[in-house]
Amino acid sequence: MNTVASIIDAVYQGQRISEDAAEILYHNAPLLTLANLADHLRYKKHPDPVVTFVVDRNINYTNVCISRCKFCAFCRPLNHKEAYVISKEMLDQKIQETIDLGGTQILMQGGLHPDLPFSFYIDLLTHIKKKFNIHIHGFSPPEIEHMSHISGLSHRKTIEQLKNAGLDSIPGGGAEILVDQVRYHISPNKCDRDTWLSIMETAHKAGLPTSATMMFGHIETPTQMVTHMIRIRELQEKTNGFTAFIPWTFQPDNTHIHVRKSTAWQYLRVLALSRIVLDNIPNIQASWVTQGDKIAQLALSFGANDLGSTMIEENVVAATGTHFRLSKEEMIRLIHHAGLNAAQRNCTYTILQRFS
Amino acid sequence: MILSFKDKQLYAIKEKIETNTRLERHDGITLYQTFDLIGVGALADFVRRKRHGNKTYFVYNQHINYTNICKNRCLFCAFARDRQEQGAYMYSVDQVRHILMENKRNHIKEIHMVGGIHPNAPFEYYLDLLNTIRHVRPDVHIKAFTAVEIDHFSTISRLSLSETIKALKQAGLDMVPGGGSEVMSDRIHDELFPKKIHRTRWIEVMKTVHAEGLTSNATMLYGHIETDEERIDHLIQLRDIQDETNGFTAFIPLAFHSENTKLSHIPPTSAYLDLKTTAIARLMLDNFSHIKAYWVMLGEKLAQIAQTFGADDLDGTIIEEKITHSAGATSSKGLTRDQLIHMIRSAGFEPVERDALYQPVEKKE
Repeated sequence: MNTVASIIDAVYQGQRISEDAAEILYHNAPLLTLANLADHLRYKKHPDPVVTFVVDRNINYTNVCISRCKFCAFCRPLNHKEAYVISKEMLDQKIQETIDLGGTQILMQGGLHPDLPFSFYIDLLTHIKKKFNIHIHGFSPPEIEHMSHISGLSHRKTIEQLKNAGLDSIPGGGAEILVDQVRYHISPNKCDRDTWLSIMETAHKAGLPTSATMMFGHIETPTQMVTHMIRIRELQEKTNGFTAFIPWTFQPDNTHIHVRKSTAWQYLRVLALSRIVLDNIPNIQASWVTQGDKIAQLALSFGANDLGSTMIEENVVAATGTHFRLSKEEMIRLIHHAGLNAAQRNCTYTILQRFS
Repeated sequence: MILSFKDKQLYAIKEKIETNTRLERHDGITLYQTFDLIGVGALADFVRRKRHGNKTYFVYNQHINYTNICKNRCLFCAFARDRQEQGAYMYSVDQVRHILMENKRNHIKEIHMVGGIHPNAPFEYYLDLLNTIRHVRPDVHIKAFTAVEIDHFSTISRLSLSETIKALKQAGLDMVPGGGSEVMSDRIHDELFPKKIHRTRWIEVMKTVHAEGLTSNATMLYGHIETDEERIDHLIQLRDIQDETNGFTAFIPLAFHSENTKLSHIPPTSAYLDLKTTAIARLMLDNFSHIKAYWVMLGEKLAQIAQTFGADDLDGTIIEEKITHSAGATSSKGLTRDQLIHMIRSAGFEPVERDALYQPVEKKE
């Protein structure tokens, strides 16, 4: 019988939760019950009471994008006065600053630019790898789909060439909600569910680890959200290539989707549910960028074992150093105040340094 | 309640709570020292639901801070100014009338008014403030003047405490807010607020307020230099007063904000401390009806979560908060009725609009 108590009991005993049962939990389990179960599963997977984070920088090589998703406030049309493509000088400067601040990777993503040739991306990677010793986490599936389109190469060939040029891993962006009815409304020009999943599968087979994300709190239903998690779980069963799952809430300001911002309550429920459903994904990441430091700290009791990245602020070059140092210290302090140990990791979750 | 506690020490406390046994000092300290935040929350949630079910209270209120000129200059305060200092202000009675008139069309049920300890204003000024509010807004409750201000009025008016309170009550005072006790510890008093009244006087004022038939709230300013033990001792002192007078309505934990204060080296409170303090207050203060999650200090997001960590009240619309915002609060300065209702409802609780005395407001749609 599928009551909340029986579902929780089954999960405690190590059973995998079904799609239906996950939805029942989401609707009916009290918040602290979800937290308790998620926390139990987190410690079963990671008995070490450590919370990790990565020091990196988000580099957006262009804001020109032909996808024009309704939830996006970043993209600009080609001829817009704020449209840009990053210069090599700027890129080098940003990477050097990242390294100077103890960073180990860059997260490189950008819009779907209509005119840049495939060689631009290959050149970007080659250039970086020639000059710097840094991990490149870059190009989400919609970008890879776009590159495959402009190059006329298959997904597999595109990914192989990117890998050969220096790509180390792929971020899980562009997943939004992996249900085509939802994608049709919020991002009609972006790759569909099967394409997203198949690019990730191809990447995993090519030996590139990836993360997976979910953007919720817009037009999706709870059923569709759970379906998203199940799709990720199914692919992980096949490839074991996902390192982490990162749910985050849609931020409606300056976008074309007019809904109320999701609450912390909803965020924590979804976060806990992610840990419960995604029993084959090792790391669940809290999103301090969308939730703020207080809820991010709280997330550590709701199933999360990672705080993501310190994320050196974009475009605030002068203040970067100070800002970064505070962020990292702040992160360590938040972790310690929750009674946990803090550690800096790399992109594949190997611990680089522990802080006591 | 949840299936199992991560910290096994909590089982003994659970047993006490289920059998309505009063928690002792050492229980309170155990609750502060455990890292089983969810366990502590579940215990507090049990008590909260037993008292209030699914209801969360809020009030349509307005804050008025009549002056920031204050001779106490507590180290934790970013609001106070000296008389000649830039930014010092004192509202005339007319200005207060004007502020009230600006919001005349809103269905405000409570005016919350506190201010600094002004060196020169006469007692009549404060009575005039009350009279004016009462006149402009005959239908609101006036919750005004902390025990610290009342003590000061008694000095400048040369009236006894009870005569002072009688005069305030006659001018329109309905209720007394809980500020000014900070943490009732001699060590902290000497270090952070030596010029402010000592806890023995704060207690005396509150007992007199209650004896004069007025209710009040109680607070604790936490997250600065206080220890777990000092927090628990503070709560136990409040509980003892309440046993005697039964005059406290709500307890409000106040999260310290250090920006622009002399203690700016102290980092902000963590979510763990905020929620634990809320939950532990609910568990220790077994003779208090209400525990408030003050969203101005917690931030809207954490205040929403606090509803399942023992809090049954979210304070109110406030309209324009000044004190915590001078110390760098990043929350809004006010919320609409609709935003408050959404914060409550989207967490599965039932919003109940109340007046200052926690009576439900009749809905006039």
